[in-house]
Amino acid sequence: MDVPLIEFREVTKRFGDRTILDQISLKIYENQITTIIGKSGTGKSVLLKHIIGLLEPDEGTILFRARPVRDMGKGEWDAYRSQVSYMFQNNALFDSLTVFDNIALPLRQTTNLRKREVMRKVMTRIQQTELTEVVRKYPSELSGGMQKRVALARALVTDPKIVLFDEPTTGQDPIRKNIILGMIAHYRRLFGFTAVLISHDIPDVFFIADRIILLWEGKAAFEGSYEESTHLDHPMIDEFLHSLEGFQDELTGLLSKQVFKNRYTMTLQRGKVDTTISAILFTVEFEPVADAFGAPIFEILKIMGENINDYFGPLGGFSARHQRNQLLTILPHITLADAQSLLDTFAQRLWQEAFIDIQTMVRSRMGADMCLNLSVKAGIIEGRSTDDIDTIIALAETAQRTVAVYRCDQGGETS
Amino acid sequence: MQKERAQIRLFSSLGKGTGDLIRKLGSMALFFAEGFCKIFRRKQTREIINQVFYIGAKSTNIVILIGLFTGMVLGLQLYYTLIKFGSEGVLGSVISLSLIRELGPVLTAIMITARAGSAMAAEIGILRISEQIDALYTMRIDPVRYIVSPRIAAAIISFPLLTAFFDLIGILGGYLTGVLLLGVNAGAYFYRVQSYLDIVDIRGGFIKSLVFAVLVATICCYQGFFTHLRTDSYGAKSVSLSTTSAVVMSCVMILVSDYVVTSFLM
Repeated sequence: MDVPLIEFREVTKRFGDRTILDQISLKIYENQITTIIGKSGTGKSVLLKHIIGLLEPDEGTILFRARPVRDMGKGEWDAYRSQVSYMFQNNALFDSLTVFDNIALPLRQTTNLRKREVMRKVMTRIQQTELTEVVRKYPSELSGGMQKRVALARALVTDPKIVLFDEPTTGQDPIRKNIILGMIAHYRRLFGFTAVLISHDIPDVFFIADRIILLWEGKAAFEGSYEESTHLDHPMIDEFLHSLEGFQDELTGLLSKQVFKNRYTMTLQRGKVDTTISAILFTVEFEPVADAFGAPIFEILKIMGENINDYFGPLGGFSARHQRNQLLTILPHITLADAQSLLDTFAQRLWQEAFIDIQTMVRSRMGADMCLNLSVKAGIIEGRSTDDIDTIIALAETAQRTVAVYRCDQGGETS
Repeated sequence: MQKERAQIRLFSSLGKGTGDLIRKLGSMALFFAEGFCKIFRRKQTREIINQVFYIGAKSTNIVILIGLFTGMVLGLQLYYTLIKFGSEGVLGSVISLSLIRELGPVLTAIMITARAGSAMAAEIGILRISEQIDALYTMRIDPVRYIVSPRIAAAIISFPLLTAFFDLIGILGGYLTGVLLLGVNAGAYFYRVQSYLDIVDIRGGFIKSLVFAVLVATICCYQGFFTHLRTDSYGAKSVSLSTTSAVVMSCVMILVSDYVVTSFLM
């Protein structure tokens, strides 16, 4: 892998007798969204404050592009900091300044831009974050969600290369949470910055995270992708990530991953009876992704899950959510040809019923003129019940093709 | 044995207290030096004007009111004292000298501390606890330059001006009671004011107001800026305690430094 953009090497930070970061080592890569998760009080914000220089480590080294930041001269350090922006948990907006002045503040104070240029840059960000109606208002006159957007606009107005988000979705309702996460994902693509995000909003945040870092007792207990995290059997990972599965599956209405695996093992692999099975791996995609985050994603997955259960359940099939937006169904004793036929019928049902239900739900939650482009891919394979479940999933993933699409301008269709 | 232990404890706490005080004074001196040097950085004019408006212009009314009544009370008190010696003719000079040398700078400084100094400490304290000062740092805006320097500059500009204003209004207040109410000759009143006042007196009052400006601005900004380092309280409570400390410490330092400066000027 490339040289990390930011690297912590055995960094320790103590406040009095309390060790918050205990010889922590981690890496943050360029152009990725890295999400830092962990229980309250594990030092997530402290870690973020080290990156921007608000705090200094007691021991250890922080490197920026392999260069220790403590060895940087004043000019180099200033140049580094000019690339980093920080969005505070409580927004830290200046109460005595208007929305416009809050956003313009870093440009007015740290650049030599002309008044007109400052105005242009600020108004661009204001339009992008949909704040045009509150330009002359003060932060106390805005809702929590709007204040977040002002803080986001201020964080982005200097075109930073690295943006640190300290719990950007805290205190927001589920729809707002998704909007903010969507905004981060959208702007990251638009402006190409590296994002480091602290969030408790699991699993929502996994939809946008390229990389996850789990802080546990002052150390990075896990670093890697969401997919990698699901394969780990580390007790701390279990406690933190897998404990959330009940919550996830309450939302999707499907089996939890562990229950699914148990059922697969107990019903199919017990006694090593070799029988035919088919597996279908569904992937639900939203377009445009930024708009999708405004929608209640788990509601969409729940409707999908209900349809899959209703259709494949009576045939002996059982399903679980596999990854962020993937659902896996196992059909025991069903051949590939039969499964393909079932899938074709199910695809019809998707655009005749499920997509309509989803659009109705989206409109009821987000407004009558809201519409979401949806597509469902499915990969179908035949295997033996003695096969390893992970192998089956991997094969099904490679066989995926689009089976049903809903375009707002055309309605649903199957392929 | 017990007596010795008690003595050790006493000296130990005295030593610790003195050490803390010296450390704090040193820290405040450095804080002022940093804030003062950064007055001359770029992009400061607008903020300094804003602060002059807040500390200076907005304090004018209260300074006029206090100056007027101080002059009037002085007129009354001194008239009835001087008349015993048949010296009511020097009323103008006594009022003007007491105001310009002593009461003007001190009372103006105390009034500004109560009005603007407390607000400075509270405002900066709130900026601190709501992470707005950290936010400035993350935006590469030097918090001392942006928050503290304009206030120090504004205090240095406003204190002498308001003191001069206070003195003038006080002399007019003395005129109201002495001349209009109690019948001292108007010509004699102003003649005494003019003839007994020396440039040294005016310069002394001016120096005092400058010293008070530096002390009040530094103490109030310092208390607010480091409100998060208080160990006796947190959050809103720490802001309220910092504000109280700022006002009390400023008033005490105004009176202490008044004595020191006066003893040098005499």
